[in-house]
Amino acid sequence: MTELRYLAPETLDEAVGAFAKAGSAARILAGGTDLLVQMRSGILKPGVIVDIKKIPEMTAIEETADGGFRIGAAVSGMALAEHGKFGKVWPGVLEAVNLIGSKQVQGRASAGGNLCNGSPAGDSVPAMVAAGAIVTIQGPDGRREMKVEDVPAGPGRTHLKPGEILVSFKLPPRPPASSDAYLRMIPRTEMDIAVVGCGVSLTMKDGTVTSARVGLGAVAPTVLLVEDAAKALIGSKLDDAALAKAAAACSAACRPIDDKRGTIAYRTKVAGVLLKRTATIAAQRATQKN
Amino acid sequence: MAKVHVTTTINGEPMEFLCEPNDTMLDALRGPLGLTGSKEGCASGDCGACSITLDDRLVCSCLMLAVESEGHEIRTIEGMAQGDRLHPLQQKFLEMAALQCGICTSGMLVASDALLKKNPDPTEEEVRFWLAGNLCRCTGYDKIVRAVMETAAEMRAQ
Amino acid sequence: MNVVTNNKWIGQRTIRPDGMDKVTGRAQFAADTTMPGMIWGKILRSPHPHARIRSIDTSKAEKLPGVKAVVTSKDIVDFPIEKGAVMLGIQDMRWMCRNVMARDKALFPGHPVAAVAATTEAIAAEACNLIEVDYEVLPWAIEIEDALKPDAPILHEFNKWEGKPSNIVGRLEHKKGDIEQGFKQADIVIERTFTTRPVHQGYIEPHACLISVAPDGKTTIWSSSQGQFMVRAMTAHLTGIPQSDIRAIPAEIGGGFGGKTIVYLEPVATLLAKKSGRPVKMVMTREEVMRATGPTSGSKSTVKIGATKDGKIVAAHGTFYLQAGAFPGSPIRGAAGCSFTPYDIPNLLSEGYDVCSNRSKVAAYRAPGAPIGAYAVECVLDEVAEALKMDPLDFRAKNAAKEGTKAAHGPVFPRIGYLETVEAAKASPHYAAPLGDGNGKLRGRGVASGFWFNAGGESSAQVNITEDGNVVVTTGHPDIGGSRAGIANICAELLGIDYRRVSVIIGDTQTVGFSNLTGGSRVLFASSMVVTQSTEKIIQTLRERAAKIWNIDPEAVKWENGAAHPVSPNAGQFEPLTLEELADKAPAMGGPIGAGVQLNTQGADGGFGTHVCDVEVDVDLGIARVIRYTAVQDVGRAIHPGYVEGQLQGGVAQGIGWALNEEYIYTKEGKVDNPGFLDYRMPVCSDLPMIDCIMVEIPNPKHPQGVKGVGEVPLVPVMAAVANAIYNALGKRFYALPMSPPKVLEKLDEPIRQAAE
Ligand SMILES: Cc1cc2nc3c(=O)[nH]c(=O)nc-3n(C[C@H](O)[C@H](O)[C@H](O)COP(=O)(O)OP(=O)(O)OC[C@H]3O[C@@H](n4cnc5c(N)ncnc54)[C@H](O)[C@@H]3O)c2cc1C
Ligand code: FES
Ligand code: FES
Repeated sequence: MTELRYLAPETLDEAVGAFAKAGSAARILAGGTDLLVQMRSGILKPGVIVDIKKIPEMTAIEETADGGFRIGAAVSGMALAEHGKFGKVWPGVLEAVNLIGSKQVQGRASAGGNLCNGSPAGDSVPAMVAAGAIVTIQGPDGRREMKVEDVPAGPGRTHLKPGEILVSFKLPPRPPASSDAYLRMIPRTEMDIAVVGCGVSLTMKDGTVTSARVGLGAVAPTVLLVEDAAKALIGSKLDDAALAKAAAACSAACRPIDDKRGTIAYRTKVAGVLLKRTATIAAQRATQKN
Repeated sequence: MAKVHVTTTINGEPMEFLCEPNDTMLDALRGPLGLTGSKEGCASGDCGACSITLDDRLVCSCLMLAVESEGHEIRTIEGMAQGDRLHPLQQKFLEMAALQCGICTSGMLVASDALLKKNPDPTEEEVRFWLAGNLCRCTGYDKIVRAVMETAAEMRAQ
Repeated sequence: MNVVTNNKWIGQRTIRPDGMDKVTGRAQFAADTTMPGMIWGKILRSPHPHARIRSIDTSKAEKLPGVKAVVTSKDIVDFPIEKGAVMLGIQDMRWMCRNVMARDKALFPGHPVAAVAATTEAIAAEACNLIEVDYEVLPWAIEIEDALKPDAPILHEFNKWEGKPSNIVGRLEHKKGDIEQGFKQADIVIERTFTTRPVHQGYIEPHACLISVAPDGKTTIWSSSQGQFMVRAMTAHLTGIPQSDIRAIPAEIGGGFGGKTIVYLEPVATLLAKKSGRPVKMVMTREEVMRATGPTSGSKSTVKIGATKDGKIVAAHGTFYLQAGAFPGSPIRGAAGCSFTPYDIPNLLSEGYDVCSNRSKVAAYRAPGAPIGAYAVECVLDEVAEALKMDPLDFRAKNAAKEGTKAAHGPVFPRIGYLETVEAAKASPHYAAPLGDGNGKLRGRGVASGFWFNAGGESSAQVNITEDGNVVVTTGHPDIGGSRAGIANICAELLGIDYRRVSVIIGDTQTVGFSNLTGGSRVLFASSMVVTQSTEKIIQTLRERAAKIWNIDPEAVKWENGAAHPVSPNAGQFEPLTLEELADKAPAMGGPIGAGVQLNTQGADGGFGTHVCDVEVDVDLGIARVIRYTAVQDVGRAIHPGYVEGQLQGGVAQGIGWALNEEYIYTKEGKVDNPGFLDYRMPVCSDLPMIDCIMVEIPNPKHPQGVKGVGEVPLVPVMAAVANAIYNALGKRFYALPMSPPKVLEKLDEPIRQAAE
């Protein structure tokens, strides 16, 4: 039997050093809500576990000087919900993070883990994509930044290089009359993995959408940034025609599979339905604020 | 495997135990610590029968490594009553038949307690969504939800 | 027998005897027990749906340090097929011995092929991986259609149907009148075919046991089951250890719903313990529970019903094919026997077919078979009522079985409460309430009824008065849903003392007399009979002893409010003698006070229920949710209303899961693809509304307290009630379960009509 070592470094440099040194047998532990399930079911037998929750930067929520936010990769959904301001500025990102699992899971699960786990159905990812989040990554070769949508490489895989750790998400400052929303389709009301997930972030001016981003989950091997859907929304007053066009763009972007959670036909159709609903909520929120 | 020595606080008391590095907190509670009130229904975070609090945050003990408890505070069902005085939730569960087989009960109580600490006046919908991570196959949840709401009302009145 | 009235404790929501342990985490479930020197058992399971086992080589596993014993089918007592059935209750030991450990063939993925005991779970698991099994992989069939095809792979080659090897392993029919003639009288005939998927009982506690076998063969079993006597008998059969040497101790059981009425682990753990000389603990993972323990059958049913214009059902024909899984024994009796029983139908043919296929052997699930049949029948009835433009409850009332109706499965009904459940449903606030506005979602309402046989059978109890004048009741049926609370109420009522003075425990196999399974909704029915008779014997003793002290005739002594009194001033002027006083005097007066009764209880009348369900459907996503639910049931007498309601509410919740989302999904390789709670999708708290209960009490005249079984009926009508409500919302009929979002949306691609009011 392979020996498992548990490390809980208190600095990022230590963590990167230990993680890189241990090679492919090592795993980062954030909330553990994916990792422990995978270990228990025997899919994964790591040799070293590097717990990153003792590193202050990993669990910090900061407002940046330009009015944006920097969220540590291991911040739990519950901790994010308890932040006074974050949910007001990014209600869609917050609701996405807090759709992950139960209250028990939300007490542990992080957006970083959700992204690095590489599931195309991760709930926070489409919302982060819509939000235009940038991630900071640190590895043996130093720090770099990446767009969220460039991180996933396929089911269970990311574009992080060996030894690299996701450090934080940077969310940009918000112009006035901006908001976001995230909706997912699940058969039950809770405790399901998204069959389709849709995040929309919008800025409005006088009832017209001036900028938009759309992220779509669980309909392709990775979460998608659907630029055609955003284009259909931009310049519109979210009238039925614009919503229909954006919905069609979402359905067209789908490259789903038939599996135990949903069929191709169902996912394709639902992607469009969710786009309409999510965009409407985001727009309501954006205009309410003014 | 070499066992790891862990020092932690459980239900207010300092505790030390030895565990394998890949043991979950639930393994440690039910094994070396002898606290079998937390149950294992799935070992994958889906049923909530293993619910505990970690530094007052509700978590599934099956989704946490035992070694992670080092230096932290754990609370379990065994710490809910004060001596021979039941917690009002425990009393209400008894009075209102909010349990049948009882395998989900520890987790339900720990989760409900965490809810009322955070939100002393929850709506039915809030109770239902908060407890969505605690499966009960026996009761249909009706009496559980009612017991939590009634306890909340009584605790507010006090 | 007289039904007790003016009760003090019967009908009260008392606190259950085992409650305190369960709210404080003290209660000992099977997996909570440990023993010094204990080691761990693990099972190696077949990865294939169907394979001949050519050989098993356990030598590498046996050499692994830490391994203490290995068991294969060679160690399990064989019950050869050709020697014929050896029945234990409804289970044939020929199938049981092959189910706990595959012999010549593995018949489903998850079928045990070997087991190991080792000093740690990890070593046991590693040793399982070292066992080499040479399989000849065979073609397989899981779905009923596939198993019935002419060229289908045959699971049991010895089984013949119409002269040829077949997967049809049994048939049963109930017949009344002549359906051909009957259908000729009908003005309207509707025939539909329905399918349902296998669903699991979904108890939260996985199967677990701890077993110690001493060198002299004396065996102690702690396990979670619906019957310690069943555990003892099956373990004895499968290991060869005599029953007198096996003490099966019932641990608290974390749900069963029928799924714990057979053994999976105990015989295997016993043999591992015997071979290793160490106590062996085995606990299934959730995945093992889902792959290898009993879901109920998937099914294919065809139901044809004919009625006259004035709303009288004149003929009905039901054909129910149920998947048995790897071994014969699907619940066709419930499907064929219960489905039409609420109705007085002059011409009826109800047929059930038992079909083997390559998935785990079915185990009982709450009113086994009845919900499957009722789903089909009650949906067709809804269509017939609609075609006749009759209110669906009026239609049911018009055809309701009553006292004197002869049921197709045999009995002529005594006074039954079916019609009362229909009337109560009709008069309920729920049925009168408008559906309300769904805010863009479509709403609908549906109704359905259901019947379950209920059971009596063997039951034993010992009631003892303690030296300080309190009471200990020992019964033999594991308590899953609060039966101890009901027994305490009854015993306290009879003795006229506070219920808190009655302690009720479940005895083990060597300390209480034989008691049949907790199943068939029998427990409170049967155990309250034996407890009543035991308590009456005690009261007789108490009266005799008081009479002796007072030197009067025992007939002149009455028992009231926990004390002996002279029946009247004429009998003499004496201060009452309390239970405490008489207990105190017991040593000098003939010794300890106690009584035991053992009976094969009879007179368990069937139970009926009628349900009303409102749904709301999101037509763009295909999601149906139940937003209001009322379950009406004739419960006989609600000894502890809280736990009776609990049975109704729990059954309804399971039915809603079955109707909307629960199902076994298989991979192309024939393996269960959703063997965990996450993707099996049982209802969570936020999925359900409050579940209203209307308890109609028509006391069972053959029971001292009027008790009828209540635990199973509540699952029977649910899927049909939900389906009928969805039809009412959408104007589309669904003929397959579950009505999950992709399936609903697919249907909805056809045009929608307005929701009916
Ligand atoms: C019951 C249950 C329900 C769930 N429901 C949902 C749901 O509804 N929606 C959903 O999206 N998910 C769900 N999940 C999955 C899981 O909770 C989420 O993916 C969660 O966000 C993972 O976060 P974590 O912090 O627990 O990750 P961990 O388990 O700690 O990590 C996940 C993976 O990412 C790696 N990793 C973590 N952090 C980093 C980092 N900073 N740098 C590099 N690699 C890293 C880990 O090594 C691991 O491989 C559920 C899980 C459970 C058990
Ligand atoms: S055992 Fe932890 S959630 Fe089920
Ligand atoms: S009471 Fe049995 S699972 Fe909740």
